[in-house]
Amino acid sequence: MAAELWLVFWTLLKILAITIPVILAVAMFVYWERKVIGWMHVRMGPNKIGPLGLFQAFADVVKLLLKEVVVPANANRFLFFLAPLLALVPALAAWAVVPFGQGLVLANVNAGVLYLLAMSSLGVYGIILAGWASNSRYALLGAMRSAAQVISYELAMGMALICVLVLAGSLNLTAIVDAQAGPKGLFDWFWLPLLPVFVIYWISGVAETNRAPFDVAEGESEIVAGFHVEYSGSAFAIFFLAEYANMILISFLAAVLFLGGWLSPFPVSWGWIGTPGFGWLLVKAFVFSFLFLWFRATFPRYRYDQIMRLGWKVFIPITIVWVLVAGCMKYFGWVTIGG
Amino acid sequence: MMSGQEIRNYTMNFGPQHPAAHGVLRLVLEMDGETVVKADPHIGLLHRATEKLAESKPFNQSIGYMDRLDYVSMMCNEHGYVRAIEQLLGIQAPIRAQYIRTMFDEITRILNHLMWIGSNALDLGAMAVFLYAFREREELMDCYEAVSGARMHATYYRPGGVYRDLPARMPQYQESRWHKGKDLKRLNRWREGSMLDFLDAFTDDFPTKVDEYENLLTDNRIWKQRTVDIGVVSPEQALAWGMSGPMLRGSGIEWDLRKKQPYAAYADVDFDIPVGVHGDCYDRYLVRVEEMRQSNRIIKQCVKWLREHDGPVMLDNYKVSPPPRESMKTDMEALIHHFKLFTEGYGVPAGETYAAVEAPKGEFGVYLISDGANKPFRLKVRAPSFVHLSSMDAIVAGHMLPDVVAMIGTYDVVFGEVDR
Repeated sequence: MAAELWLVFWTLLKILAITIPVILAVAMFVYWERKVIGWMHVRMGPNKIGPLGLFQAFADVVKLLLKEVVVPANANRFLFFLAPLLALVPALAAWAVVPFGQGLVLANVNAGVLYLLAMSSLGVYGIILAGWASNSRYALLGAMRSAAQVISYELAMGMALICVLVLAGSLNLTAIVDAQAGPKGLFDWFWLPLLPVFVIYWISGVAETNRAPFDVAEGESEIVAGFHVEYSGSAFAIFFLAEYANMILISFLAAVLFLGGWLSPFPVSWGWIGTPGFGWLLVKAFVFSFLFLWFRATFPRYRYDQIMRLGWKVFIPITIVWVLVAGCMKYFGWVTIGG
Repeated sequence: MMSGQEIRNYTMNFGPQHPAAHGVLRLVLEMDGETVVKADPHIGLLHRATEKLAESKPFNQSIGYMDRLDYVSMMCNEHGYVRAIEQLLGIQAPIRAQYIRTMFDEITRILNHLMWIGSNALDLGAMAVFLYAFREREELMDCYEAVSGARMHATYYRPGGVYRDLPARMPQYQESRWHKGKDLKRLNRWREGSMLDFLDAFTDDFPTKVDEYENLLTDNRIWKQRTVDIGVVSPEQALAWGMSGPMLRGSGIEWDLRKKQPYAAYADVDFDIPVGVHGDCYDRYLVRVEEMRQSNRIIKQCVKWLREHDGPVMLDNYKVSPPPRESMKTDMEALIHHFKLFTEGYGVPAGETYAAVEAPKGEFGVYLISDGANKPFRLKVRAPSFVHLSSMDAIVAGHMLPDVVAMIGTYDVVFGEVDR
């Protein structure tokens, strides 16, 4: 009995050890986003609160928490409050299977990739319900767009992941990283044999998180804020948190699935610079999350039927072809996997 | 199957409080899913009765109202109004004033097109262009401020010329908490000499800035997908709706009042009229970008001319234009003229006239009727945005909601002049 209690307590501690850094990372990421986009736009970005504006994100949190949550008169109250939670919970729960290093994972499950796909599909329910429950036409349009978009990009992303699975021979994320280890350093990683799929995975990831140039669900200048137009205060903050947690998640996954996770880009024989470590994973994820911001600062927004066309007519066919190619690679041993 | 089930389109209220409404446009959209079936623009939320107000004031006192019509192309509006008065009075501004007006009309055109490229790009999601455009706008706003003291609502053109000659020194940034050291030097690097020196430096640099915007947009696949074949206006439609300016030229009709009915000094400067081919949003985008380059050319020529020629900038006719302040100290006549001009103004011979200028958005016209008094009997403003907006329903029907946003952007509507 005591041992079981201890296990529960220990697991809870581990969950906190992941969740709190993720939430803090979101706060700093928001600050970093505003700063980076500011620089790209020849302006300053936040610079008033704290040294260099570093506490801006926390000030925003305090502001949002203190604000009133306005519920529209004809909204479905239950769904209205359920929706943000439905968006946030999968976004945080997905972190359970993300390995941060060799053996450094909360749940080293064998169906890790499957679990991730399930969690990211659940997230869209939050958006759809938010749009529906708000009983606003703008919100409904946003929800419709988001549903269509996420479903089609989920397919492309799933196909891209299948290629990884084929090469790695496992659904376990730790095993996938291990399969990329090799003497040639970064040339052993999956990005090289799966280059088109890697690009598609990344673009689908941007689309999945509803970020520019695929931010039609939010559509600032078209449908104002889309699905969360009626949300304010802490309810809005939760959507915000979910979106950014998802962005960081997608960045980590890109690093884990295609860029060898915590492996060093240099061959192991090169000494300390070749040793794997959490730092490498962090660097890779940081580069990817920076891309999110770069896209947002630069690109115009797609129209939503154009996004669908890109997803169905370009990405899905390419990934299907590449699943075959990856199968051949594996079967005929065209690429060496796992050193 | 499902008999008795009635499927209705739903209506959506787009604006007046909407980030893409460019002011206070209210569109009632009838939507079939995301497709617009009918777009019904509602206007009048910014109505300030400019035309009626003008009837109650001496002629000169309404110049300031003109700035506030299309508040991103201020001096062009003034030009239209001042020209109408000059036509009724039968006077003409001195040649130097004509060149100054030409130069500021083109500065205004760049100001307007910068605002347009920024907000149109922002509407379609490209944020960076907006802030880049505003960086250059700031420099030109400083020119407005240097000649008139106001960054936007200048009231610089007067019947008989312009309010005063160009300043011999371009105002500089002062040292402050925000601008100091190297940053201050960079800000002031063009401002060491006169305003003409400043404009010279600006016009040398501006084409590279336009290249910068084009880098972000012209060959961008997403930008093209959002604008090519969106909101196509055929030449016949464009004429039938009375379009003018880039809306008309985008459809391939070479019509520009600066060339076809030259006013001010446009007959003496060299420039080209860009025209589009397909009449879609992308062509209008290209036309406006090229217009910025052409305006830059015109400014450069005006600067050159103004450097070489000196002369009065105001008519020496004290029945219309105020006498110099020095002469008022000694000359009784001058003092009386000044007093009369600034209390009751001047009478304008009875008659009616129409004066039009090529404003950045299209033909800005002023129809003026005078009964001989010191106030207009009737003033009618022909605002290009108003004319363009009336074609909204016909062009937008069948497009999707995001295209409506692209279309509002390409109309370049400003509600100051639509609602007047």
